[in-house]
Amino acid sequence: MVDAAPTLPVASSRRSGVMRFGTEFIGRRAFNILVALHGVGAFALITLGVMVRKLGVARAVIRPLIAREISRAGVQLLPMFLFAALALGFLVIGQTVSVLSRLGAASNLLGDIMVIVVVRELGPLLTAILVLARVGTATVVELGTARATGEVESLEALGIDPVHYLVLPRVIGMAIGIFSLTVYLILGTLISGYLWAFVQDIPLLPSDYFSQLAGALTYLDFVLLALKTVIFGFIIAIVTCYHGLAHPLQLDQLSRATVRAVGQSIVACVLLDALFILAYLML
Amino acid sequence: MNTGPVTNPTETLALELRAVMVTAMRGPNVVVAQNVNWAVREGEFWILAAPQNTGKTDFMMTLGGITSPAAGEFRFFGTTMPIFEEARLTERLRLGLVFDGGQLLNALTITQNIALPLRYHTNLSQAQIDARVNELLKTTELTPWAHNTPVNVPRAWQQRAGLARALAMQPDVLLLDSPLSGLDPRHTYWWLKFLDELMRESATKNGKKLTLIVSGDDLRPWRRHANRVACLHQQQLLVLGDWTNVAASEESIVKELLREEVVPRQRI
Repeated sequence: MVDAAPTLPVASSRRSGVMRFGTEFIGRRAFNILVALHGVGAFALITLGVMVRKLGVARAVIRPLIAREISRAGVQLLPMFLFAALALGFLVIGQTVSVLSRLGAASNLLGDIMVIVVVRELGPLLTAILVLARVGTATVVELGTARATGEVESLEALGIDPVHYLVLPRVIGMAIGIFSLTVYLILGTLISGYLWAFVQDIPLLPSDYFSQLAGALTYLDFVLLALKTVIFGFIIAIVTCYHGLAHPLQLDQLSRATVRAVGQSIVACVLLDALFILAYLML
Repeated sequence: MNTGPVTNPTETLALELRAVMVTAMRGPNVVVAQNVNWAVREGEFWILAAPQNTGKTDFMMTLGGITSPAAGEFRFFGTTMPIFEEARLTERLRLGLVFDGGQLLNALTITQNIALPLRYHTNLSQAQIDARVNELLKTTELTPWAHNTPVNVPRAWQQRAGLARALAMQPDVLLLDSPLSGLDPRHTYWWLKFLDELMRESATKNGKKLTLIVSGDDLRPWRRHANRVACLHQQQLLVLGDWTNVAASEESIVKELLREEVVPRQRI
């Protein structure tokens, strides 16, 4: 009688298969993330290079394009941001008043809470996400269509750098747009927050409320707010332009490119926000 | 039949290709032509013919500097291509490229498309740019379409707008990718007549000779217009030279491309 060859137990074999699949899946995802980081990083460096070298080149052509982008990523979104400011004020005050009233601290801490929640966190992040949804997605579609229909080659044939003509105005426009809209959103939310508190009978005078706000704000808030919003604008513009422009696209690939651009932009903004939280804690 | 580059130092070479390999624009692993040796003298009018989907556009894109040759040496007025670096921008602007279908910028009107290179590269005043653009609109009969965006303009007229845009910078070499494709006899006649006048005027008006290279899938319309012929066949560029060589050629591709000549007799 011949002994049967030793075999692994079925459960162990299945477990190793699952582990291998899991390892491969994680490895593949990690590799894809590295490739995306490499591509977007290189594109960002190219754009920064063009920004430095060609800032004064063809102003008559580039300036109107920048103005158009500021209008698109700023002025045209003001009505939506007025609504967002009202909603955010109601959201923050509505939730906090109910908790603080039980503690008897509603009239003492509203200003501090508005600064922490709205000025430092929700204001910039919400603005970035709304601009991404309204303008960033349109950017991917516009540039992807331009790439697919040969407009990029046309620019190259005319001796015009496509990054200078197509990307630079969007980067500048979106950075200025997100910064300005964040300021509007924060101001609107602070005012609407007080109005909602007033409606809920919180005994707080406007002068006291603004004293609380002024007391809670530091110079660092202004510096980091400006820095954060400008970088949000830069990131969103770079990621969306990269996905629209950097690879030759067929028109049927545009929707996938748009989804990828939105996902990567949100992840990048949230990670950057986390870095700024660390900066707040350390400084 | 593949002739080597001309080495006579007294002649000005507009384009010079030595052992060049051309690959497809959207697939760098696809070889369109290899070991291409070609010399284009200043003032020549070449027709580069090949059947459809054999890589004419890719070849023209390499000539236009949009894609770099995968191998070999490519010189433009003595300067090695690609010539997109800023230091060589002046040389780059000596070359005009007209795409199949025009490939205009869809966000701009026809007028703005034509004015774009002038506004970007020159310090001309708005009045001077307007005058130059109006002249080009008139010459190419595009005035009725001047304020339309490309999506609202028929393809044949978009092609003309592409020509006007390329001519705005008064190039020394003009490349036209399949300018007659999909055109009716009226437009075909206009293009052939216009290119003839362009060649004649460039020799008399500016003192500098315009060099023309057009691509197409039919040699017949070009017989009385182009003075040099090359064919792209099985990844090789057959540089035939003048029409006498074309008539004497035994190559099957030449016979295929050279059918009975049909030229519109009158303007419709």
